[in-house]
Amino acid sequence: MPESELLRVADLTVSLGHGRRRTEVLHGVNATVARGEIVGLVGETGSGKTTIARSILGLVPPASGSIELDGTDVARLSPGRLRAFRRAGIAQYVFQDPLRSLDPQLTIAASVAEGLRVRGGIDRAVIRSRVEETLELVGVSPELAARRPAELSGGQRQRVAIARAMVLEPSLLICDEPVSALDAANRIQMLELLVALRDASGIGMLFISHDLGSVAGITDRIVVLYRGRVVEAGSTAEVLLAPRHPYTRLLVGSAPTLSGGAADRGRRAELRAELALLETN
Amino acid sequence: MSHDNEQSIISVRDLTVSSAAGELVHGISFDVPRRGSLGIVGESGSGKSLTCRSILGILPAGVGVAGGSILFEGTDVTTLSYRDWQPIRGTRIAAVFQDPGSYLNPSIPVGKQLVEVLRVKSGLGRGLARARAIELFVSMGLRHPELVFRQYPHELSGGMLQRVLIAIALAEDPEVLIADEATTALDVTVQAEVLDVLADLQAARELTLILVSHDLAVVSQVCDRIIVLKDGEIVESGETARVLRDPQHDYTRLLVENHEKYGIEKYLAPGLIDA
Repeated sequence: MPESELLRVADLTVSLGHGRRRTEVLHGVNATVARGEIVGLVGETGSGKTTIARSILGLVPPASGSIELDGTDVARLSPGRLRAFRRAGIAQYVFQDPLRSLDPQLTIAASVAEGLRVRGGIDRAVIRSRVEETLELVGVSPELAARRPAELSGGQRQRVAIARAMVLEPSLLICDEPVSALDAANRIQMLELLVALRDASGIGMLFISHDLGSVAGITDRIVVLYRGRVVEAGSTAEVLLAPRHPYTRLLVGSAPTLSGGAADRGRRAELRAELALLETN
Repeated sequence: MSHDNEQSIISVRDLTVSSAAGELVHGISFDVPRRGSLGIVGESGSGKSLTCRSILGILPAGVGVAGGSILFEGTDVTTLSYRDWQPIRGTRIAAVFQDPGSYLNPSIPVGKQLVEVLRVKSGLGRGLARARAIELFVSMGLRHPELVFRQYPHELSGGMLQRVLIAIALAEDPEVLIADEATTALDVTVQAEVLDVLADLQAARELTLILVSHDLAVVSQVCDRIIVLKDGEIVESGETARVLRDPQHDYTRLLVENHEKYGIEKYLAPGLIDA
């Protein structure tokens, strides 16, 4: 294992459901994230992206395979150790909709402090100063700390959700479509913030999206997931400029770009036919 | 002026939309070219949906047209009564929206729902309506039209549902189709399929298409002309190629920058936009 490796998912198989309805949704997935690396995990609805994320967080027990995060195999933790692992906050999750992680009743400061309070044994003054530092880190002004989520703009809320994750000093940040609900100006600022956080702390990030276009600008590497299998993985440039798998080619061809047009329509029709052929074989 | 009328099927002049809380759309004017495709770009709150809904005469309760006119083939639709709307809305101007599932009855097979529209609106007999429905499903690129015909909404994916909705919208062979964030909730590969269907239909049926999206790239795939709305005002309008190559307003520049700096365009060869 190289020094810089943070996450190694190896041969991960996950089944969901019970009894006869139990279905294998991940079929031997391999993926890595190094420290300071931003990796895009791209695939369509139902391809297993979120199941991978949930497995890394220890929320879904794998059928087989391993998930080594910062030296711990999350897949093999006993229930007690798993709780301790989650409390330690080594991996943190940022939702597309920040309201999903923010309690409407709590002030911004209390929301950000929550993880530290749950961890326990931390002095109140220390918690307060950590919260202040973290809000500053994500660019939320101190005056907003006493407000509630409803009083904030969408962009400010997403920053608070990131602060809530970052206050625990995680090694890995998993972002599920973190900018797709934001408008143009906030989107650019949010991506710049995430890059700055990575540069400052050396944190690893896993960016989940259905759209290659929305992760292209920020990722170092891209892993493409199709029907529970990794069909392609490589540097962002490799995946975008020389995609090998028909599904990746269709993803690249389908990403809305400013240069699209009628010629692309014909190309996409060919790619869909190619993928359909692959599925019937 | 008469020249203008021949070229454009819809002319919006000084359209102002207000609610009790204040003015939401501030006197915008634009033309929709006949058999052309117009993209309306803006984020939530920009007034793009209110503009569409004004054209369709379906503004939400408490919101109304406070000034200006919307000429559709010479008729100012802002003055129409509920009855006067009947031969126009859904028949000559049709629309599809973001969440296709919510516009279908979950307990009736989708084919039957399309047949119902065809029977009521065109007065077709059962057999003819069924044949026409299958034909429409085929032209939407639905691969197993006979199967889809018998399926319930919950059995269909989001992309298939949106195609069913487009089929229903086009059942009456309207002159204008408004697609308001119709592909936003779809996976990107499915979004591209639906956009391709819309572009093909627009060309094949000589349809006038108004495509509304928060994403400049989505509308630039399909539309000849673009207007950009911000805070209830038009900040940019022009031919698609010109808007992309030489945006005049800071906000449009920001939209372009979003793609060039953080989109897939960062990796694509420059100069493609001119092609």
